[in-house]
Amino acid sequence: MEVVLQNLTKKFPGRDRKPRGDVIAVNDFNFVIPDGKLIGLLGPSGCGKSTTLHLISGLQKPTSGKIFFGEDDVTDLPPENRGIGLVFQNYALYPHLTVKQNILFPLQNLKGRDKLSKEQMLEKVYAAAKLVQIDELMDRKPRQLSGGQQQRVAIARALVKMPGVLLLDEPLSNLDARLRLQTREEIRRIQRETKITTIFVTHDQEEAMSISDMIVVMKDGVVQQIGKPQEVYDSPENLFVARFLGTPPINIFNGQIRDKMLYIGNDAILPVGDIPDGPVYVAIRPEGFLPGKDGAFCCRLKGVEVMGRDISVVCENDASISTAIRAILGTESRVDTSKPEIRFGVLARKVFLFDRETEERVYFEGDGHEKQDK
Amino acid sequence: MKNKISSSGLKAWLYLLPALLFLGVFMVYPLVDVFIYSFEEGYNSASQTYLGVGAYNYSYVLHDPYFLQAVKNTFLLVVVTVPLSTGIALLISMGLHSIKPLRELFQTIYFLPYVTNTLAVGLVFMILFKKTAYSDGLINLLITWFGGEGVDFIDGPYWAKMFVLCFYTIWVVMPFKILILTSALSSVNQEYYQAAQVDGTSKFRIFMRITLPMISPMIFYLVITGFIGAFKAYSDVVALFGTNLNAAEMNTIVGYVYDMLYGDSGGYPSYASAAAIILFAVVLTITCVNLLISNKKVHY
Repeated sequence: MEVVLQNLTKKFPGRDRKPRGDVIAVNDFNFVIPDGKLIGLLGPSGCGKSTTLHLISGLQKPTSGKIFFGEDDVTDLPPENRGIGLVFQNYALYPHLTVKQNILFPLQNLKGRDKLSKEQMLEKVYAAAKLVQIDELMDRKPRQLSGGQQQRVAIARALVKMPGVLLLDEPLSNLDARLRLQTREEIRRIQRETKITTIFVTHDQEEAMSISDMIVVMKDGVVQQIGKPQEVYDSPENLFVARFLGTPPINIFNGQIRDKMLYIGNDAILPVGDIPDGPVYVAIRPEGFLPGKDGAFCCRLKGVEVMGRDISVVCENDASISTAIRAILGTESRVDTSKPEIRFGVLARKVFLFDRETEERVYFEGDGHEKQDK
Repeated sequence: MKNKISSSGLKAWLYLLPALLFLGVFMVYPLVDVFIYSFEEGYNSASQTYLGVGAYNYSYVLHDPYFLQAVKNTFLLVVVTVPLSTGIALLISMGLHSIKPLRELFQTIYFLPYVTNTLAVGLVFMILFKKTAYSDGLINLLITWFGGEGVDFIDGPYWAKMFVLCFYTIWVVMPFKILILTSALSSVNQEYYQAAQVDGTSKFRIFMRITLPMISPMIFYLVITGFIGAFKAYSDVVALFGTNLNAAEMNTIVGYVYDMLYGDSGGYPSYASAAAIILFAVVLTITCVNLLISNKKVHY
């Protein structure tokens, strides 16, 4: 089902009960979520992503704006009439009921026309359990399950009514690192199989990037950027998005534009074409550095970390905003650690410029993401 | 290795010693003593003598009409007040839990009886319910105002006195139950309710399938302590009906034990001991049954 968010805004009253003290958790959110896609709401804690999810679920009412499921305006519908499935961060499995009873619970609430016979209910329960692969555990209590299994039960419970929209609140945050990798693939598979429009909230950019069809990056209640994960990574629209996505994080420098040339410190890095002179933020992805004797960019070498798959060069530069610069290189490149300095060339499409005041992207000729294709 | 274990066991006993000493001197020894007295016929605490050993004390007590009356009263009190007070307390705490404005104020008001002296409360109840030659009492005024006929609840028919006693007991035990239940209700994770809401669960079903099971450990705790408390009722009865309880037909088992020891018919520690042991056996049995049921019903 297509989900449309129209000027969605949620304010929470501040402590002093004055309108000025209001906390704006979600500010003018507009987005059309296409049918059958997996959407990741991404942002640091307190950015309003969970509130957005609660607004879509109906557990909270928006201050203004509208929500449509397909053609229907559901803004004023209570959660039970929206046809959604919701998986809570802590799963909220009823501890006194078995796995089977937990999954059965939503079906037993159906009344009137939708009422199912016992056999139909059990059939659906087992179908949902099979989908998430917990059909062996039906008679256990939640406390007898591991975190990953509890997560699956919660998903099965949310799916058993075949909702039009599935909402997941930080679905992986309570799992350990290995289980997280496995479970996120699982969520992806379940979503593909059921083709249910799924929205999940996470603060982990890697998680969002890896399984989402589209990601929404939020900060302080305001949507920063919406797009396919790779697009957002390759072409962040502002400094926040650039910083938030990517591990190791992007390297940021104070730069200068002089005569169509980008300078970091005294090094002339890149020709940037026709943009006005002045100070800018320069952000370079760790994979955007090319070591070479003739490289334009000179840094003090601090060390080399070998990660197996690739190597990470740690260095310093006076113009850098973060304390250390990290460059990721393939293992085939050799770095001479005996010298105190290292020179890099940079890949133009891994370099982003941002305005010093607004922190918005400044597009330049040759960065491969010129504004016109937006 | 073996040495180490036995020495650490010794240490543990040493730590336990103070508690064990106190429990032994002030609980186990008297209990055993009472048990022995209950089998010694005509025991005299002054001369420390007795006439013989046997089950005569039990037979006497079980055939004493006063004791049978006391047993009847106590059981009536238990059967009426424990479920009623727990049920009403649950209703009130659900109400308290769902209102927002003035919740603290209401919680304080509902808790007031708990900190009020039972004898003072008993006096107030007596004034409310008593009918004398000079005054009908507030309750009787209300009854006659609605067209009923006034009854003396304090010196009148048995059912009226029993009603006052039950009413009073429920009123006195309620605050503690409300306190426990409101805290139990607020400790239930809100996410369960949200999950149930998203699934379109009806209010009644939420209460039966989520709220009740979640607070069931506390409810069982209240029922068990409620049973024990009601079986030991005495001071409440004295507060309402005075010390001559046998004459008022309002004696309780504990009251009977007291009368046998110190009352006008007092001076019979053997009979008192036998009655006390009977009470102990009854309370023990009912508590065990309660625990058995709660172990079956409370699943987590």
